[in-house]
Amino acid sequence: MATAALGATGARSRMLAALRAVRPPLAIVADEEGLKPFETDAFIAHRETPMLAVLPADEGEVRSVVRACRELAVPVVSRGAGTGISGGAIPRNDGVLLVMTRMKRIVALDPKARLAVVEPGVRNLQVSEAAAPAGLFYAPDPSSQLVCSIGGNVAENAGGVHCLKYGLTTHNLLAMRAIDADGDLVEAGSHALDAPGYDLMALLTGSEGNLGVITRVTVRLLPLPEATRTLLAAFPSVREAALAVGEIIGAGIVPAALEMMDRVVIEACERCWALGLPPGAQALLLAEVDGCTEEAEAAAASVRAILEASGATEVRLAADAAERERLWKSRKGAFTALATILPDYYAIDGTIPRRCLPAILEQVYALAAEYGLLVGNVFHAGDGNIHPCIFYDANKPGDLERGEELGGRILEACVAAGGTITGEHGVGIEKLAQMCVQFRPAEIAAFHAVKAAFDPAGILNPGKAVPTLRRCTEWSGMRVRGGAVPRPDIPRF
Amino acid sequence: MADDFIAGLCELVRGHAERGAALNIRGGGTKDFYGAGQRDGTVLEMGAYAGIVAYEPRELVLTVRAGTPLAEVEHALAAERQMLPFEPPHFAEGAARATIGGAVACGLSGPRRPYAGALRDFVLGTRIVNGKGEDLSFGGRVIKNVAGYDVSRLMAGALGTLGIVTEVSFKVLPRPAAEATLVFEMDQAEAIARANAWAGQPLPLSATAWQDGVLRVRLSGAPAAVDSACAKLGGAQDAASDYWRELREQRLAFFAGDGPLWRVSLPQTTEPVLAHSRQLVEWGGGVRWIHGAANALEVRSTAERAGGHATLFRGGDKSVGVFHPLQPAVMKIHRRLKAAFDPAGILNPGRMYDF
Repeated sequence: MATAALGATGARSRMLAALRAVRPPLAIVADEEGLKPFETDAFIAHRETPMLAVLPADEGEVRSVVRACRELAVPVVSRGAGTGISGGAIPRNDGVLLVMTRMKRIVALDPKARLAVVEPGVRNLQVSEAAAPAGLFYAPDPSSQLVCSIGGNVAENAGGVHCLKYGLTTHNLLAMRAIDADGDLVEAGSHALDAPGYDLMALLTGSEGNLGVITRVTVRLLPLPEATRTLLAAFPSVREAALAVGEIIGAGIVPAALEMMDRVVIEACERCWALGLPPGAQALLLAEVDGCTEEAEAAAASVRAILEASGATEVRLAADAAERERLWKSRKGAFTALATILPDYYAIDGTIPRRCLPAILEQVYALAAEYGLLVGNVFHAGDGNIHPCIFYDANKPGDLERGEELGGRILEACVAAGGTITGEHGVGIEKLAQMCVQFRPAEIAAFHAVKAAFDPAGILNPGKAVPTLRRCTEWSGMRVRGGAVPRPDIPRF
Repeated sequence: MADDFIAGLCELVRGHAERGAALNIRGGGTKDFYGAGQRDGTVLEMGAYAGIVAYEPRELVLTVRAGTPLAEVEHALAAERQMLPFEPPHFAEGAARATIGGAVACGLSGPRRPYAGALRDFVLGTRIVNGKGEDLSFGGRVIKNVAGYDVSRLMAGALGTLGIVTEVSFKVLPRPAAEATLVFEMDQAEAIARANAWAGQPLPLSATAWQDGVLRVRLSGAPAAVDSACAKLGGAQDAASDYWRELREQRLAFFAGDGPLWRVSLPQTTEPVLAHSRQLVEWGGGVRWIHGAANALEVRSTAERAGGHATLFRGGDKSVGVFHPLQPAVMKIHRRLKAAFDPAGILNPGRMYDF
């Protein structure tokens, strides 16, 4: 025991010495007080103090840190703004934390070529703000867009409320630069519309810091739509609202956003902001269509007709930008409002085929009742991406554990419905066990082989995103003892 | 039957891996010309593994077996007023029929690509058999999915060198209700500038192409949107509705004759390059086709200086390398990925680079 502690201290001082030897000097955080803010990301249920933290100023410094860590076989975890909610940026006490926030330059913004070259620490919203004078915007808009960083967005393949029409992060990138575990600069993609060889950019996007440290990103900018129309519809049941979603898409309309909220969320929003949401509604559907004026008008009229024919008791069309903001307030502020119900909640991120929405929601409510926990639903209905929020009381013994178990059951139900355990939040450390439900051992092994191609020594964010095969075996053993089927033969492809 | 086919395929691959014998994967054979030369080996015909596995128009998701003819897929989508937004080329001649597996392996997209996205953007999931004879599934049948590395997208354009694609799920989109093509007379430099300026405005662009002093612009969307864009842009309406199909299939007069065909992929706003050559400009300036004798070194270095890359698409002397050379760090990862998916190096060896 004493020897192990001594060994760890030795590793720390060797690492510190190696980092201090780098010229020009690095910004190193080594004191306990300074390291405290980096103990966790937004997956606050877990925390860990990093061995050391470094705030690199440029790509060269990232390279120096990775090389020093490789020499000493010390893990490297990179972190952007720390808004991730699956624990992907939680540090290791035997590893260096690379905090990318100082690399926050918009290197170039080319309105003619409709692209921006940015460092990883640039905030998501900042890109759209910088592009707005040229009539352009960056489409992915995760709910944390005010603070989350582009580097983190790329690492997590972040989504948002406009994915159905505009895609995820992976669809909105042209190129990136990353430092791999050898300390080599890897350039993926290009400023042309494709690049030779394998699509390394596809692998790096969403790799949760496992394949490289992203040092520069070229994002694609799109013209701001000429017109946007927002509608809010109230439904007497979640089921009818979910069916209306299918009707809209079946009619050949691809809305920019199609969001749903259930009664728990509606009531919380009403209590918080008195928005005058339709009283007595069991579900609200928020639909947004955009394009040139004629197109948006025509689509809004069609959507309204479909909503009314699908049993909506009330449909509101925002008359102007101010009213549009008001309608969105319930959706965008939902999580803030939910925090007033109980301070602690846990948001799930499963995706299912859209037609399964009514059934999965019924299953969510049934499971919540079984566990005796309150669940609220506010989510991207158009994408089939559900975000049940499970409320628990952290001060009540066993409540968090029950909440996590309920979350796991919901995700398994998503996989059984032909969906996935994470639509946009990432696996991190949160969903490692569920990875074993979604993937077979040979597929998990293939993921490890992909990682080894970028990081043979396994020093980049080890233990995140992909579970070890051993963990999967242990986990399925546990599930058998619990009486559940470990790997039901579900259509997973 | 489907399970038997996959089981048989896995066994075949394992046998070849043990012997180190190459497998040349083939769908309809319409793109045999594409890529570096094939080495001697067993030809693996995938045409028999065909059929649409699942297609639910309201999900905007289609799952299909690799050997399914592309035409059959497009027909099924058209019946529901939907489409593959990336407009993949068939390059079918005579009785040969392009397959969906071949389209994914080549990763090629057509005229709509700059405005709707590439083939890789619409891949949601793939089922593959890797070089160890393992049947693996990645991604899925849902629009949003970030579980595990994005291996399914990696298969797009990998030319079968990492795995035999057996099934693919795509995101599909509604077919636009209206379409119109406008024609403008102008030189190449102006055409590139115009196409990029328009792409920065909220216009329903769906294709652009310039050749011989004429810029063609396709608009797609709601009828009112197309009408208003036509009024805004001016120009003459082109009645020849099959221009874009003929362009996609390389059946325009520009592509006729032997001579090497280079595909030079550049940042869209790049000024005209290699002015002395015969060119057709697509993708808003993003692709410059060069047909006829050209100096490979000059083409490659020009592309590279502009931040792009050049592919010897058809004909010519393949010894100069069909695909643009990779940087050492990128090549290092390519070799390791190849070794990870296909340790015996038996899947389409040499079709892309020297591995």
